Amino acid sequence: MNLKRSKKPMIITLALVAAVYIAVFIAEQQLPATSMLFTVLKKGAVYALVAVSMNLLNGFTGIFSLGQAGFMLVGAYVYGIFTIPVVQRAAVYQYFDGGVIQFTVPIIVAVIMAGLAAAFFAFLIGLPVLRLKSDYLAIATLGFAEIIRAIFQWNGLGPVTNGSNMLRAFPNFNDFNIKDTQGNVTVYLSTLIPFIMAGVCILLIVLLINSSYGRALKAIRDDEVAAEAMGINLAHHKRLAFCVSSFFAGVGGAMLAMYQTTVQAKSFTSAMTYEILLIVVIGGIGSVTGSVFSSFLFVACSEWWLRFLDEQQTIGDFQVPLLRNGFRLVVFSIIIMIVVLFFRRGIMGDKELPDLLSRRAGKKGRAVK
Amino acid sequence: MWDTVFPYLLSGISVGGQYALIAIGYTMVYGILRLINFAHGDVFMVAGIIMVYIAASGLPLWLCIPLVLLITVGVGFLIERVAYKPLRTAPRMSVMISAIGVSYTLQNLVLYITGGLNKQYPTIPWISDTMVIGPAKTKVVTVVTPFLVILLVVALVLLINRTKIGMAMRAVSKDFETSQLMGIKINNVISTTFIIGSFLAGVGSILFFTNYPTVIQTSGAMPGLKAFVAAVFGGIGSIPGAVIGAFIIGIMENIIKGLDVILFKAGLTSAPLGLATFSDAFSFALLIIILLVKPTGLFGEKVTDKV
Amino acid sequence: MSEAVNKNEVLRLENITMQFGGVVAINNLSLEVNQGEIVALIGPNGAGKTTAFNCITGVYEPTNGIVYFHGRPIVVNHPQGKMVKQYGGINGDMYKDRKLVVHTPDRITHMGIARTFQNIRLFKSQTAFDNVLIGTHLRKMSNMFTATFRLNAKEEKANREKTAQLLEIVGLADVANELATSLPYGKQRRLEIARALATDPTLLLLDEPAAGMNPQETDELGEFIVDIKNRFNLTVFMIEHHMNLVMDISDRIYVLDFGKQIAEGTPEEIQKNPVVIAAYLGVEEE
Repeated sequence: MNLKRSKKPMIITLALVAAVYIAVFIAEQQLPATSMLFTVLKKGAVYALVAVSMNLLNGFTGIFSLGQAGFMLVGAYVYGIFTIPVVQRAAVYQYFDGGVIQFTVPIIVAVIMAGLAAAFFAFLIGLPVLRLKSDYLAIATLGFAEIIRAIFQWNGLGPVTNGSNMLRAFPNFNDFNIKDTQGNVTVYLSTLIPFIMAGVCILLIVLLINSSYGRALKAIRDDEVAAEAMGINLAHHKRLAFCVSSFFAGVGGAMLAMYQTTVQAKSFTSAMTYEILLIVVIGGIGSVTGSVFSSFLFVACSEWWLRFLDEQQTIGDFQVPLLRNGFRLVVFSIIIMIVVLFFRRGIMGDKELPDLLSRRAGKKGRAVK
Repeated sequence: MWDTVFPYLLSGISVGGQYALIAIGYTMVYGILRLINFAHGDVFMVAGIIMVYIAASGLPLWLCIPLVLLITVGVGFLIERVAYKPLRTAPRMSVMISAIGVSYTLQNLVLYITGGLNKQYPTIPWISDTMVIGPAKTKVVTVVTPFLVILLVVALVLLINRTKIGMAMRAVSKDFETSQLMGIKINNVISTTFIIGSFLAGVGSILFFTNYPTVIQTSGAMPGLKAFVAAVFGGIGSIPGAVIGAFIIGIMENIIKGLDVILFKAGLTSAPLGLATFSDAFSFALLIIILLVKPTGLFGEKVTDKV
Repeated sequence: MSEAVNKNEVLRLENITMQFGGVVAINNLSLEVNQGEIVALIGPNGAGKTTAFNCITGVYEPTNGIVYFHGRPIVVNHPQGKMVKQYGGINGDMYKDRKLVVHTPDRITHMGIARTFQNIRLFKSQTAFDNVLIGTHLRKMSNMFTATFRLNAKEEKANREKTAQLLEIVGLADVANELATSLPYGKQRRLEIARALATDPTLLLLDEPAAGMNPQETDELGEFIVDIKNRFNLTVFMIEHHMNLVMDISDRIYVLDFGKQIAEGTPEEIQKNPVVIAAYLGVEEE
């Protein structure tokens, strides 16, 4: 009597994911570490996690939140604050006598703390904000992100946050490479580790989405009144989604800190949230795979493939007009507007990779019993 | 004490007036389309950039100002036609995303044109002159702004209450579908709303950038958000509400900017607390408080959802 | 004012008044529904029937009155604040000293009242199967972590089996994997009932279950309602306009007009009641 879908598309998907990881590992050993590919892969992994965490709220729970940058900021700062080596602190916190925190925690602990801190902030914010409706909620979360930014920039907290100055010298992705005693890298892991971190987090989100709780969240998205009539506690479930999403945004923020090697509160503006939102839209609101694909696509285009648009190009004697600094972003914006206006479902709509694979395999896999 | 506070109060009133001009655009669009026009702050910024370039072309200033307003209105009109009109029947989230997309596009376009550099805003004679009122030295624009705002608001209220298009606007904001059935040309009404909003944002930009004379692609984001906060604070959909909200926010924000100095001179603190960092955050804190205490804002009308 | 008048009583409304601003939508409504009964609430459009349902299920907070469920007060309210002056109903002082009781709709569903909606409210993006499966969520023992890490496999399996069984009972097993909104109207109504049953109710509220159905479908629905009532040991309280259905299956009927109860009785009594006939057909002015 049980209802089962064919396992085959799922297995193919897992195999593909495994293949990607192996390819990343091999590429990292073979290609020069300065290759643009790795910049894209690292940043793409960070953005993928953040985009999926945003999708959990906007796509799966129907909460239009614009606070992502704020939670990333919390994560990035918590990570930085607790991992800057003690010997470096005097230099980093030069205006605050080396700061008040004089210990470090292991990277993995710091990353989890980053997530927990972001989730804690989300919990506090969620109490009042989640009662609001659609656009009011959007603007309130956006406002909270700005408030968080102001708090972290405040000189009064300088001994902890370094005020409006930069945090730096904490472990970054390159520290994951395994080095021999001379300091030469023997095994490159600086791309694989962020991939694994993002992968594990996204896997957790996917498991949540496909659990009983995930179904409840989707029910809330589809119809709040009906969901409540089915015994789903709206406040509780929305808060849950908000905190979980923020947890992973915090982890994403920590990873962004590692990627950037420095952190400064002023870069976590609403523009960053908008960018992530647009990634989610391009990928398809309500599709994890879509968010992941579009993150890499977005990063690849903005960091690599469309870079040529920012430089003067000549074909033969012909000087291509318009090309100069900033043109890439214009082209980009136009593409985004086209997607927003004419391809509202984005790359994947609300489908996932296994769905697409099973469609190709025919409807056999969907039989009852 | 008064001597310390007065200059902040004065610039608060001035900034408040400029926010008010932007806030009206937000509140009118929200009243009709139930859309937070995230791109509105960027229209304001674009108006600033247009002025920079037109003035640089050497046109006389008396020609520049109407031209800037005209082009700004055109931009506002175009945004509505291109980015919002095709989504009339789409879910609200899609339109909001489109607005964010427009904001992103405008900022990037300006980044491309200016090369991401701060542009010096042209000096407009008379309103850029310095003057002294009591203990404060300020530009004429600071004093002119509140009066101009009041003048424009009165004109706008008359337009809305006394003209046919104004009546149509009120009808559409009450009930979108029914007014459509009653034969109101909804697209004209919406376009007019955007034209008025952009015009006021254009005026606001001239006043604002005379005070803060550099323009960059992100210049519109913060004033835009704050003007929106002002609109919500006053009760979204209500024009007097938006204006009063904007003045309150402008004043409070500037007082907070000067709070360190004020407290210090009053002998309440011995060292600066760095509270100026919170001048932006304050508006948002106010927003959240008002949303929780009185979600309809100071003058908003209550709307009940039907199950 | 004893708490439980009889042991069979499942639902009892006492002096329920619902006022929106100045409009009194329900005026001093009292009724009871006993174990195993099918009770219908009828009345012309706008009489306040759905509002009564919304008061019972916690969607609205009635202005005044008490709702008992299995003898336990689940809603208690009296006019407060501005309402004290505005109050247009009667018995406004009756519950002044009672402790207020308010529950959100999900709590009330937990207690065992499930409902369907007049304008079908299925979860649009989900399959029929998942729609029903969501109904089982509220009885879960798992928390978010055990659910994420699949430590609740047993419970999940039991819920899936229960869902499949329910779909079988309502005759939708063959369309389990179809999108809920792609189903024909009649099947959507059945699906809503299956979803409500998944919450393990003791009282089922049906809001116009036969709306939009043809006579044959309506007859089938009547049999279906009686069938699930017996099978799940339910009590049914329904709003319905199809008089054939109401007269066929109800044990008792309450008639509402302009927010007031104008009649109560068995189907035969109601059919003969001149007040009811007047309310439906109108009386000629003299």
